[in-house]
Amino acid sequence: MLESSFWDGGLGTFIVITAQCLLVLICLLISLAFLLYMDRKVWAAVQLRRGPNVVGPFGLLQSFADFLKFVMKEIVIPAGADRTVFLLAPMITFVLAVIAWAVIPFSEGWVISDLNVGILYLFAISSLGVYGVIMGGWAANSKYPFLGGLRSAAQMVSYEVSIGFVIVTVLLMVGSLNLTDIVLSQESTWGITGWYFWQQPVMFIVFFISALAETNRPPFDLPEAESELVAGYQVEYSSTPYLLFMIGEYMNIVMMCALTTILFFGGWLSPIPGLPDGVLWFVLKIVFFFFLFAMVKAIVPRYRYDQLMRIGWKVFLPLSLAFVVITAGVMKGFDIQPWTMTEAAHERGRGAGDAPVPATQPVPDASDAAALEEQN
Amino acid sequence: MIQVLAFYLFAITAVVSGVMVVFSRNPVHSVLWLILAFFSAAGLFVMMGAEFLAMLLMIVYVGAVAVLFLFVVMMLDIDFAALRGRVAEYLPIGLAIGLVLIMQLSFGFLAWQEVDAVRPADELSRGVGNANQLGMVIYTKYVYAFQVAGLILLVAMIGAIVLTLRHRDGVKKQNVLEQVWRDPKEAVVMRDVKPGGSL
Repeated sequence: MLESSFWDGGLGTFIVITAQCLLVLICLLISLAFLLYMDRKVWAAVQLRRGPNVVGPFGLLQSFADFLKFVMKEIVIPAGADRTVFLLAPMITFVLAVIAWAVIPFSEGWVISDLNVGILYLFAISSLGVYGVIMGGWAANSKYPFLGGLRSAAQMVSYEVSIGFVIVTVLLMVGSLNLTDIVLSQESTWGITGWYFWQQPVMFIVFFISALAETNRPPFDLPEAESELVAGYQVEYSSTPYLLFMIGEYMNIVMMCALTTILFFGGWLSPIPGLPDGVLWFVLKIVFFFFLFAMVKAIVPRYRYDQLMRIGWKVFLPLSLAFVVITAGVMKGFDIQPWTMTEAAHERGRGAGDAPVPATQPVPDASDAAALEEQN
Repeated sequence: MIQVLAFYLFAITAVVSGVMVVFSRNPVHSVLWLILAFFSAAGLFVMMGAEFLAMLLMIVYVGAVAVLFLFVVMMLDIDFAALRGRVAEYLPIGLAIGLVLIMQLSFGFLAWQEVDAVRPADELSRGVGNANQLGMVIYTKYVYAFQVAGLILLVAMIGAIVLTLRHRDGVKKQNVLEQVWRDPKEAVVMRDVKPGGSL
């Protein structure tokens, strides 16, 4: 159900939703500043360095100092560049990275738009992310950025396929494209055991590695490989446009961490039975995965380009496709219903189709749907 | 009110970017305008309550097909200024195709009438998302058509591979398994080289 109340609500709803968007954006940007700091600190710790430690206590304000520095500098545009596209590219990267957060449920009901095709929306937005890179690479009218842009386009298109199949395996078990449903379906009395990580460990690993490739993180940072392409598609960028690229890239990384959490680690659900669920668990899990991303950057050497393509197309694609078939086969063979078809889902009002026990459970009708809308 | 504004925003963007695809001088700009047109079309789909279709349009066309378009257009080494000069040659064909399209559309609109089977999506799907609705129809009523569509795509894919695949001799290839299974014991030979001597 799309938020039909948005269209009917008029100006009031519009203002409320705009305020929600702003709130999420501000929280996101501030936490991003500290995540950036954490990234650098983790990296430094692995290499036995101190990392940023000058600005503010323990260097905590380093990201804000960097921000000011970037904004104050002059924007340099190469003479041969296509000015419009050149400046459009970082904006696209940034905007796409931000709008993906519209469907992320931070806690039950804490979501700007509880879209019923939420996961497809995220997939669509992340597949658009390649445009920022490829446009930036082309518009700079220079060799290294162009090579970086082309590499990035090939890489992101390749790894999207396996990410898509990984998402399908989870969706088969959930029976819904809604992100809130995906998290709720992992609820169990024993906390941690309900998470899909235990049922799909291989798919989690494939997803994590593909997420690294999709976000151009080391060991798959070939689009910006500094030792061969200088900095890839970002070579000609300076000042605020570069800052937008960087923030967009980090926001995509955090988005991928959030998506991993939602798909395999139960989103906001508490791992320990008895403790309350909530946004805190969600944030903790994201930070944990961000830590993993940072560790991978610190300890894994960069892949060669043919290895990157081989692992994407010849290893991950068949593997994830096989798991889609296996998951569907097992569910069909042992007659396991997806979560939305079970009684538990109907009790929470998130079921689909006819309820499993028609005698006691009435089929959801218009009034139920309206009640659900109100709940949201 | 907001709905009307949003509709006109998407509709005007779609039309303007469609026009710009044809008229922009740089072919890369044309592709970018085309992407914007797809994007606004997806927006219009969402406004009609067909969010599943909108997302598929974004994933398939904008996320994959248009990327390849852009990829190819950027790599082409063609003097587009020279091609521009020959607009007059292509004008009659273009106009003819445009005319045919307009006639088809107008026939469609003339023949269009409200049928009971064609109802707005929200009336059909009470409480059930339109991904579920589509699934229920595609995998039951239209399952053969669906399978045939899949088969056609498979044949097209295999055809493309057959047309472009060439086995060349003398190409050095990496055997990854061989590389991974290399063992220092077999790959490295320790020799004691005397000063002034050689191997």
